[in-house]
Amino acid sequence: MIRFENISKIYNSHSVALKSVTFEVKPNEFVSVVGRSGAGKSTLLKLLIAEEKPTGGKIFFNKQNILQMQLNQMPFLRRQIGAVFQDFKLLPNKTAYENVAFAMEVAGKSEREIKNDVPKVLDLVGLKDKANNFPRELSGGEKQRVAIARALVHRPSVIVADEPTGNLDPINTWDIIRLLIKINELGTTVILATHDKEIINTLERRVVSLENGTVVRDENPGRYILS
Amino acid sequence: MFTTLGRIIKSGLLNFWRNGWLSTATVLIMTVALITWTSIFLLNVVLTSVLDVLAEKVDVSVYFNLDTKEPDILTLKSKLENLKEVANVEYVSTDQALEIFKNRHANDDVLLKSIKELNINPLEASLNILAKDSTQYATIASFLNQDQFKNIISKINYTENKVVIDRLNNIIRVLRESGFVAGLILAFIAFLVAFNTVRLAIYSSREEITVMKLVGASNWFVRGPFIVEGVLHGIIASAFSFMVIIPGIGFLGPKLLNFLPEINLMNYIGNNFWSLLLFQTLGGIILGVFSSWVAIRKYLKV
Repeated sequence: MIRFENISKIYNSHSVALKSVTFEVKPNEFVSVVGRSGAGKSTLLKLLIAEEKPTGGKIFFNKQNILQMQLNQMPFLRRQIGAVFQDFKLLPNKTAYENVAFAMEVAGKSEREIKNDVPKVLDLVGLKDKANNFPRELSGGEKQRVAIARALVHRPSVIVADEPTGNLDPINTWDIIRLLIKINELGTTVILATHDKEIINTLERRVVSLENGTVVRDENPGRYILS
Repeated sequence: MFTTLGRIIKSGLLNFWRNGWLSTATVLIMTVALITWTSIFLLNVVLTSVLDVLAEKVDVSVYFNLDTKEPDILTLKSKLENLKEVANVEYVSTDQALEIFKNRHANDDVLLKSIKELNINPLEASLNILAKDSTQYATIASFLNQDQFKNIISKINYTENKVVIDRLNNIIRVLRESGFVAGLILAFIAFLVAFNTVRLAIYSSREEITVMKLVGASNWFVRGPFIVEGVLHGIIASAFSFMVIIPGIGFLGPKLLNFLPEINLMNYIGNNFWSLLLFQTLGGIILGVFSSWVAIRKYLKV
């Protein structure tokens, strides 16, 4: 479904984020990408949603090389991938409901679909009561759940989550992880980047370990082992 | 298509309302820019009228020998009127010249008495010539200096006033040019201020723009609401600017009328109200849309 082929990303001669990274993600997998800060986890996910371009290599999404896509095709790629970020990246001037609805609006969904789907997804993440609150009125955990609802609402085939629990306390962290597991069980591929050892060891799913920009371990089920 | 357009417009209006503080600041700066533009335009109207009035005060008079017959003068008058440089020719007969003289010196008994004692009318008939452009008097003067008119013309006052006319022409030219250039510079400064305000406003939204793109919004879906906001800024700023300019003219117009009776700004505004309003609103909208359009470009490259 997703294949990274010999991917490298060099910012400058002192900063090499990724060195010939190759691995594949199959449909319905739950893959964790682990590594220390600066190991290249975030870069890898940014390349998948085309927020950045690699220096070399190929990235396939559903057999299509996303590096050969025209700029005006990017929105269509991104509508098939739901992205969740450490800093939530909600639109501050939109309510929780509007933030989630936005992902459907950009895809040109009808008002009826939006009115039908958004409350359901907000219910799924447990935020039915906060639909009309602005992000500044929500806690960190609530913001991240809105972000997940937004990533989920247009039924993407894959969700990429870049350190989604990085800014959260342990209780909220587990809420979010349980949510991601639930989403995966409902049939969506999940790629989770994290450096949280406890999460990885509890998940018992596939783990891709990155060190200094290279894949040092790829095990299923894997554990958090870094030298 | 219409759903998307509706969403873009709704989103633009919502952003305008929810970014209240930023919208107010942008509208105020744009109001200042529009007031500057309109003031420069009106000042140019005033300057042009002043210079036109000044240019009209310059004319050339041709005086004829006392024994010249009226038909000869009228023949010359019609020849002059056929010149493309000439705007108007006015004939003052000897009798009219005497009338004017008497009226002008009505309080001077000595002069009036001496005229009476002369028994004949010593004043020469004349043609007052107004050129279409005050720089064209030299051409008209050279036409009059032809040999065929030499025996009827006693003097042409252009030759005497040449220095003054040339100097006045120079002053008019310099004022027109420098007024135009100064206006352009000021208008450009006003544009830069407004443009950079919009750029700062959009700079503050740069992360939102990235987020929208990452969620899968097309460039138009991101840009659209900002353009709608730009249009709103322009329209509101234009309304504010008119609310300042109209009372301002009402206040300054009468004062200007006191020492420049030829220039009635209030009439000018009255006659051109709708076109001024239209151009100002268009200016505001173009300013708002152009600034948003240019400012947002670099943040869309995600």
